Amino acid sequence: MWKWLHPYAKTERTYHLCQKLLPWFSLLGLAVILVATVWGLAFAPMDYQQSEAYRIIYVHVPSAVLSKSLYSAMAIAAFVGLVWQVKTSFMAMMALAPVGATVTFVSLITGAAWGKPMWGTWWEWDARLTSQLILLFLFLGVISLYKAFEDKQQAGKAAGVMAIVGVINLPIIHYSVQWWNTLHQGASIMKFDKPSMPPEMLWPLLLSILGWALVSGAIFLLRMQNEILQRELKRPWVVALANKSAASSEGK
Amino acid sequence: MAILKRDLALAYRQRAELMQPMLFFILVISLFPLAVGPEPKTLQLIGPGVIWVAAILSSLLGLERLFRDDFQDGSLEQLMLSSTSLPAAALVKVLVHWLTSILPLIILSPLLALFLHLSEPMYWALLKTLLLGTPLLSLIGAIAVGLTVGLNRGGVLLALLLLPVFIPLLIFATSAVESASMQLQYTAQLAIIGAMFLFSLALAPFAIAYALRVSQT
Repeated sequence: MWKWLHPYAKTERTYHLCQKLLPWFSLLGLAVILVATVWGLAFAPMDYQQSEAYRIIYVHVPSAVLSKSLYSAMAIAAFVGLVWQVKTSFMAMMALAPVGATVTFVSLITGAAWGKPMWGTWWEWDARLTSQLILLFLFLGVISLYKAFEDKQQAGKAAGVMAIVGVINLPIIHYSVQWWNTLHQGASIMKFDKPSMPPEMLWPLLLSILGWALVSGAIFLLRMQNEILQRELKRPWVVALANKSAASSEGK
Repeated sequence: MAILKRDLALAYRQRAELMQPMLFFILVISLFPLAVGPEPKTLQLIGPGVIWVAAILSSLLGLERLFRDDFQDGSLEQLMLSSTSLPAAALVKVLVHWLTSILPLIILSPLLALFLHLSEPMYWALLKTLLLGTPLLSLIGAIAVGLTVGLNRGGVLLALLLLPVFIPLLIFATSAVESASMQLQYTAQLAIIGAMFLFSLALAPFAIAYALRVSQT
């Protein structure tokens, strides 16, 4: 696997890989999100307790699930970068961070919008809400640490250390706030043996999680390409690429 | 050992700077009775939390100077080049920070417990959580300080990085004091804080050393 992975430490290879993967992720992701959202919002049955209002679940849950996975992905990228000194890994980390922060923010906002009709309040100091808020702060901390450095090589390492400190802390934060206060409903998807959700509601939800994951992947690929181009601005292959696209736009 | 002696002597010669976090600690705590009213009941309720939050904030103030002077005059670079192991040296520096800028806060805490009308069992619980929990502040704080030491204005960034990480400690510590106020057992909370402390004691020195190397390049 190492042999297969190693060439991607070179930025040019990674750039072209991103280029190749991008249409798959973006088109497929958009299609899946479209299907899942229409299915979830229009065709899934109504909840007997929460009536129509529960439908925000098709935005809220995917964003909440992704926020944690994106943080893990970012920390894994940081770990790979720190251990094997892979430069592209830090670029991946910084391409992931803002996507993760945005998704976390979306899950907080939709959570507030859902909380108002259901619990009668926009915000409650509940365990999951709090840990989500802290997750947002961890993302922002990593991003601002990275931005604070002039030297991006150094910035990547520093932000990477912070991301790993955060990922060690994340479960502790999660359990500590859970112990501290809980109002949020328990997990209802992760019990695969007997989900507490009927399949007509569950399928669009799973689909929309997949769609969100694909679209986040697409945004990540775009940001990754952008990051590579910015960092490698003076490399011959980037210059050649820029010349080529300039020539083709002139030709039109 | 030599580092310990040197750093303690240096700290002693900069007494005025060391006083600042202590004064800050007392001032922040005396703001609360003024802000929420002098009712003993209310103060007792918020007291442990206030003392812990103030301790975290003032430890942040002291943390900033942990590696700053050594970084600026180049003795940190010397330390890295010398044969002493950097993690051990970092651990000594953390110890000095704890002794010089956090231990005074703990010594002051009986006075502040009086200010906030904490009962006696509450105070003992508070003292135990402070003794066990504040080294954690220094250890984890030092990682972030190591990362930001090369930056010109690291102060606010330091708070942004560290405060979320300190939240579990805050929760367990205040819940221990709360249990004590209701005459309940709080060994579980103390055990968790102790576990976090030992875990970070084992790993943090290496992270600090790595952070310092990143900053030095």
